[in-house]
Amino acid sequence: MTEHKDQEQLQEQQAAASGEAPAAKDTTKPEAAAQGEASAEQPAEKGSAAEAKPAEAPEGGTGAAGRNEGPASSGVKAETSGRQAASGEAPASDGEKPKRLDPAEREARRAAALAARAAAQAAGEAPAGDGEKPKRLDPAEREARRAAALAAKAAAKAAAGGGDEGEGAEPAPKEPSPNQPLLDKIVALIRDQVAPDAVEDQYINEVDSHLPVVVVKNEHWLKTAKLLKQSLKLDYLINLSGVDYETYMEVVYHIESFQTGEKYCLKVRTDRDAPSIASVTPVWSTANWPEREVYDLLGIQFPGHPDLRRILLPDDWAGHPLRKDYEPLDPEV
Amino acid sequence: MGELLTRPLTWGSFLTFFLMAVVLLLIILFMVTYAIYAERKILGYMQSRIGPNRTGKFGLLQTPADVLKLLIKEDVIPEKADRPLFKLAPVIAFVPSFVVLATIPYSEHMYFADLDIGVLYYVALSGLTVIGIVLGGWASNNKYALIGGMRSAAQLVSYAIPLVISAVGVVLMSGTMNLRGIVEGQAGWFWNWNFIPQILAFVVFVISAIAELNRTPFDLPEAESELVAGYHVEYSGFRFAFFMLTEYVYMIAMSALITTLFFGGWHAPAPFLEFIPGFIWFLLKFCGVFFFIIWLRGTMPRIRIDQLMSLGWRVLLPLSLGNIFVTAIVMEIVKAING
Amino acid sequence: MALRTEELLLNVGPQHPSTHGVFRIVVKIDGEIIKEATPVMGYLHRGTEKLAENLNYTQIIPYTDRMDYVSAMTNNYVLVSAVEKLMQLEVPERAEFLRVIVMELQRIASHLLWWGTYLLDIGAMSPFLFAFRDREIIIELFNELCGARLTYFYMRVGGVKWDAPDGWIQKVRDFVPYMRERLKLYDDLVSGNEIFLARIKGVGRYDAQTAIDYGLSGANLRCTGVKRDLRKDQPYSVYDRFEFDVPTRTEGDCYARYLLRIEEIKQSLRILEQAVEMFPEGPVMAKVPRVLRPPEGEVYSRVESPRGEIGCYVVSKGKDSPYRLKFRRPSFVNLQILPKLLVGESITNLITILGATDIVVGEVDA
Repeated sequence: MTEHKDQEQLQEQQAAASGEAPAAKDTTKPEAAAQGEASAEQPAEKGSAAEAKPAEAPEGGTGAAGRNEGPASSGVKAETSGRQAASGEAPASDGEKPKRLDPAEREARRAAALAARAAAQAAGEAPAGDGEKPKRLDPAEREARRAAALAAKAAAKAAAGGGDEGEGAEPAPKEPSPNQPLLDKIVALIRDQVAPDAVEDQYINEVDSHLPVVVVKNEHWLKTAKLLKQSLKLDYLINLSGVDYETYMEVVYHIESFQTGEKYCLKVRTDRDAPSIASVTPVWSTANWPEREVYDLLGIQFPGHPDLRRILLPDDWAGHPLRKDYEPLDPEV
Repeated sequence: MGELLTRPLTWGSFLTFFLMAVVLLLIILFMVTYAIYAERKILGYMQSRIGPNRTGKFGLLQTPADVLKLLIKEDVIPEKADRPLFKLAPVIAFVPSFVVLATIPYSEHMYFADLDIGVLYYVALSGLTVIGIVLGGWASNNKYALIGGMRSAAQLVSYAIPLVISAVGVVLMSGTMNLRGIVEGQAGWFWNWNFIPQILAFVVFVISAIAELNRTPFDLPEAESELVAGYHVEYSGFRFAFFMLTEYVYMIAMSALITTLFFGGWHAPAPFLEFIPGFIWFLLKFCGVFFFIIWLRGTMPRIRIDQLMSLGWRVLLPLSLGNIFVTAIVMEIVKAING
Repeated sequence: MALRTEELLLNVGPQHPSTHGVFRIVVKIDGEIIKEATPVMGYLHRGTEKLAENLNYTQIIPYTDRMDYVSAMTNNYVLVSAVEKLMQLEVPERAEFLRVIVMELQRIASHLLWWGTYLLDIGAMSPFLFAFRDREIIIELFNELCGARLTYFYMRVGGVKWDAPDGWIQKVRDFVPYMRERLKLYDDLVSGNEIFLARIKGVGRYDAQTAIDYGLSGANLRCTGVKRDLRKDQPYSVYDRFEFDVPTRTEGDCYARYLLRIEEIKQSLRILEQAVEMFPEGPVMAKVPRVLRPPEGEVYSRVESPRGEIGCYVVSKGKDSPYRLKFRRPSFVNLQILPKLLVGESITNLITILGATDIVVGEVDA
């Protein structure tokens, strides 16, 4: 695939992706078929996905967006298969790629192309599906398209500047994750809007469906949370859990947006001796009880919480059981 | 039996009265026992199960066994309860329920009191039970019991009004408040029975009656899922049995009253069926009404207190009032045409 | 003369027929109107998460049975799927199908139990017994499959413990039309009842924004018009191969939640129907090491349980027991909105709203 051809294809795909009319289906479908992606729609695909993993490089890309096709068309069969292929494909390409090529540029371009193609397919598939929700712009579809645009931008930049990395991103990871643009976006946003040093660490959790993980500095957490809810529309706090890592404590927030379908995992670390993390109950009301639970079981204080009391254990309980150094009062019990 | 009531009171007649009352009480206790059994069995079949079937043949001894258990159970009175009132409440609740039975004519010749104000007597005395319930709820010193008692007071008072007023329609037609007189006015074919000409009064009366009985869908004072058991939550043993007894005696009394007022009492549905004794007809009709009440329990969810109140005051009361006017006007017209 | 009135502090629970276990709400009432409601929980707290840190992964599975004991299969699945994700295991197809079948049966059983107990809360007695009778069929099916009626311990990391016995699939197939018939009966009995409708329509209403803000999930979220079903949005297992709808309603009240759960039973029946037709041959257990030592890492796995999104956050340090195991329990999260909904309602509505939330106290307290 030459670079020129790649770009051309990209543009074409994007054009198709942005067109919501059923006409988009006509343009994308044959092309998809030509690329041998139609197989993704066959029910039998999943069974063979495991064996076919290394051979199906494009499949992985489809999977990335394929996951997002779910709500768009009720009859899509390829979702899981694509997703599994995606996670399975990563190590495979990992093995072959670094030996031969200058990875950064090549990978970025490929990811962009794949993402664009997938997005196009997602867009094409929506009208092709049951036509269940023709009115509302599907979040998944939108995400796919946006991801494609982002990836394309990154690819263009990479092409222009060689090994140059955009917007303070980490050095290009070994294999490009389909969610890398998401991670870059959120990190850039936090650094830009909150504080340049607000992000302590960032990575993609490959085993967990390439979930972007950002570790935010404790003192910037509340501001970050507010920002995320406002700018990224991360309105749904899925889960809030605390972990005692023996040298420090960590509270893990899994957050999702119902509007864009994006998911992130944010972590905040705190000192183990006097653990304290700003409460996000004012931001997400659902954080109320989980924070109390974390306080109850791990002893992390949440300043700003409206009613920080023990929730599961009796009020006069001594100690916080989920701490690694917890000594039960009566070890026999 | 009629002339016995009119004789001057002597020790002899007092003894007769007393013995008869005791006999009636025993009969009623027996009936209540098997009313409970019947309810459990019928509900069981309605809910695709078989109900009690272990104690005695077909489970016939189940309720006697339950009663026995209640009687020999420890009598628990909460420490903070108002003891005299706590003990008095079940009695206050029960006595009126038994006393009202006196006016019901079970057949042409079988009745205990031939009062000229039978309808009024029934309603007035049954209204006394609410005092027992409120007292019980209050004396228990339990919040659920208190709420149950209060609900009960509100409900019974609200529904006694449409109950009486709807009965006025029947009284207008019969021209008497004497229950025997009302029955006698319904002789002949079954379309002479009051439930057809007085259909509106009948519907209002049945709804109010069920509300008075605290039965589903108007079982708010007990409302197990909300108030645990309502006014009798703190009662156990034989005191609880009294409340239970009250409820079922009222059920029997109310079924009998509905039979009397609207289903022609002891009359057969057609004149050629008169050869069957009146008491049998009464019993059959009574069982039908009783079954209907149980059936409701198997079908209906519970209404909410505010809906209960608005139903009583905004729907049933105007309907029953309207019924009086309509009855009066129609009767005048009929009289004018005939006369 | 103004009457002196007093606010009453009423303890609803932990021993109360309608709190479905040992849940407790302290309500401040004025007459029968609630001024303030404070849920108190923890009576059934067994420290599952703490216990799990000293158990190996297979040993934890029975503990998940006991969390949401009405829907043990989905709880099994959320744990094993998290571990499978961590270990990147491929689960045999037949096992995945068995999992889907039992999870959908479980969803029906759970909704039936909810339906029955909810109507009991509302004051109708018969539906409770009807529902339990039909739930019994499912429980017998499970009993035949794994020898337990409530706490199944059926799934394992890498597959399921037992293959379907002979004729079992046929029994599931027969169950589908039977249940459809019964649902019609249920509808006749309850759904159109005036008193029932008056009791639940417009009660406990909230909008989509509030629902999302409070992190609600399951029917509690879908009743506001938010189309969220993890089986569709982020398909796990083999859910992507079945055709089914995600019913939503926009009223946001108890009535909407009621109708949604009934509709979900119908959708589950659809899935079951397809699953038994597509049921493949093959092994039911992947080749997994005898001692499970997932590589270092962490994973959050989410599953659509009958009550909403159940999640499992596992942190592994490469040992045979998890470093940290955290369950996102839908009952716990869904319950948070309760104090907000209850203010200004009567005690009767407390029961209506609490019942419609569909909680299992074992899960609230974990």
